Amino acid sequence: MPTVHFTDAEGAVRDVQGNTGDSVMETAVRNGVPGIVAECGGSLSCATCHVFVREDCLAQLPPMEDMEDEMLYGTAVDREDNSRLSCQLRLTDELELFVTTPETQV
Amino acid sequence: MSTNAVEQAAPAAQAEGATPSSTPARTGLLIIGASQSGVQLAVSLRALGFDEHITLLGDEDHRPYQRPALSKEFLQGTVESESLIFRSNEYWAEHNVDLVKGEFIVRIDKNTDGSGTAHSSSGKQFPFKRLALTVGARARKLEIEGGDLDGVLYLRNADDALALKARVGDASDVVVIGGGFIGLEAASSLQKMGKNVTVLEFGPRLVGRAVGEETAQYFLQAHRSRGLDIRLSVSARRFIANDAPGERRPAVAGVELEDGTVLPAQIVLIGIGVIPNTQLAEQLGLTVDNGIVVDRFALASDGTTVAIGDCANMPNPVPGSAPGERIRLESVNNAIEHAKVAAYSLTGRREEYAGIPWFWSNQADLKLQIAGLCNGYDRTVLRRDEERGKFSVLYYRHGQVIAADCVNAPLDFMAVKNALAKGQNIPAEAAADAATPLKTITTDS
Repeated sequence: MPTVHFTDAEGAVRDVQGNTGDSVMETAVRNGVPGIVAECGGSLSCATCHVFVREDCLAQLPPMEDMEDEMLYGTAVDREDNSRLSCQLRLTDELELFVTTPETQV
Repeated sequence: MSTNAVEQAAPAAQAEGATPSSTPARTGLLIIGASQSGVQLAVSLRALGFDEHITLLGDEDHRPYQRPALSKEFLQGTVESESLIFRSNEYWAEHNVDLVKGEFIVRIDKNTDGSGTAHSSSGKQFPFKRLALTVGARARKLEIEGGDLDGVLYLRNADDALALKARVGDASDVVVIGGGFIGLEAASSLQKMGKNVTVLEFGPRLVGRAVGEETAQYFLQAHRSRGLDIRLSVSARRFIANDAPGERRPAVAGVELEDGTVLPAQIVLIGIGVIPNTQLAEQLGLTVDNGIVVDRFALASDGTTVAIGDCANMPNPVPGSAPGERIRLESVNNAIEHAKVAAYSLTGRREEYAGIPWFWSNQADLKLQIAGLCNGYDRTVLRRDEERGKFSVLYYRHGQVIAADCVNAPLDFMAVKNALAKGQNIPAEAAADAATPLKTITTDS
C-alpha cells in the first residue's frame, strides 16, 4: 500500500496510507492533513496543495508539466527546487513518499 | 453518533414531551447543506477548537463531494466518483461530526437564543443550539413547452451528472442552452466525447457579466475554432418530443428556435443560472434579498444564524469596494473563505473576509482563471500571446488594477491575485507588453 509521510512546517509528522491511483493531494485532503488546502480540487488552478518533496524521492515522481511549473510561481510560500503541486503526484503501488508542507498555502 | 454529553444537554427536546427513546440528541451546531461551504465550516470549526457536537446534514444520498468536476472530469469519466469525496468517513467520526444524508429540511422552529429544531420531510427532528444555513442554490428552470420531456436535463449535483452520463452513450446530438460557465464546460466535455454539440445563448455574448467583453469574444472564437456550434442572441421556443410509441415518458428529439429552426437533440442540457435557496430563511423570518442577507461576520438578520456560500448575500469583501455594496458570489473560493468567516463568528471571534475572490473554469484546453471582480472598471489592458495561446485582460478603475481574466496564463493570474491581496498596483502602460512578467512591474499602491 502506498504511504505518504507528511511533515508540517513545525516538524510534526503524519503518515497516511493511500490508494494506488489517487493523488497525494486527494490522500491528504480526505484524511484532513492540515497543510494541504487544495481549493480547486486538483484541476491545477489554485496552487494551494504545494509540497516540498524530500530530495531522494524526487526521482520516483512524474515529470513536471508546464502548467504545474507556472502555477508553482504563485504559491504562498516561495517555491524551491524540490517543490511540487501534490495534485499532480499520483500514488503508485509501492510508493513511499516523504513531503513537507509549507507554513501556509494561502 | 451522538455522545452522552450531547444527550444530557438536550433538556429542551425532552421538555416537549417526547419519550427518551425517540428524542433526538440536540447537536451543538446544525449545518443544513453538506456541500463545499458546509463541509468547510465543519472543518474550520474543528481547526479553531470548536468542541460542540456538529451535525452536517444534506438532502442528497451521497457523502459530501466536490462539484466542479461534474461538468468536466466526472462527466468525461476521467475521475472516479470516490475521488470527489471531500473527507473519509473516519475523518468525520474522529472529529465528532455526524453526517446526515438524504434528509430535506422543510421547517425550522427557532428560539431567540439561536437554538431550535429542524424538521425534515421524512418526519425526523434535528434539535440544535446554533444553526448554519449552507443551502446553496438550485438550477434556474427553463419553463417552455416540452420542458418536462425525458432527456431535458440540468447539471447542478451528482445525481444530475449521473443522469446525464447515463444518456450520453445513446445520444449523437446535444443542445446546450446557456453560454455561461456550466454550459460551456459541459459543451466542451460532450464535444470531446464525440457528440455533435450546439450551444444556444440568449444574450449577445458568452459568459454574461462574469467576464468582460474581450474575454467573451476570446472564448467565442476559441470555441468556434474548436468546432463548437455557438449561436448567440437566440432562444428556444419549445422542445419537440419524439413520436416513438410505447414510451412511458416521451423523450426529447429536438429544439425549435424562435425563428422556426429545429435542431435535433437527444439530450438538452440547460445551464441558465441558479436561484439561491432562501425558503428556510424566509420561513424563519430572516431578511432575504437575492440570497440570505448577512453582515460582515456571516450572521443573518436574527443575529444568531449564520448563512454562507452561494445562498448568502454579503457586504462586498473586496478591499476598496463602495460602502454598503452587497454581493452574492457563486464560487468554490467564496464558499471556503465565507465559511472561515462564519467559523470565527461561531467561536466568538470577529474576523472579516480575507483574500481576493477568484474563480476558474476549464473548457476544452482553455483554463480560465479570474482574480478579483471586474465590475466598475473604466479601462482594460489586453495581453495576448498568440503563439503560446495565452490571453489576459486586466481591469482598471481610476488607474488601479481591480481584476483580471487569464486564459492559460497562470503567471498573470497569480501576479494580479497577489497584487490585489497586498493592495499593490500593476501600472496599465507597462502591463500592455505581454512579454513583461507582471510580477516584475508590480508597485506598492
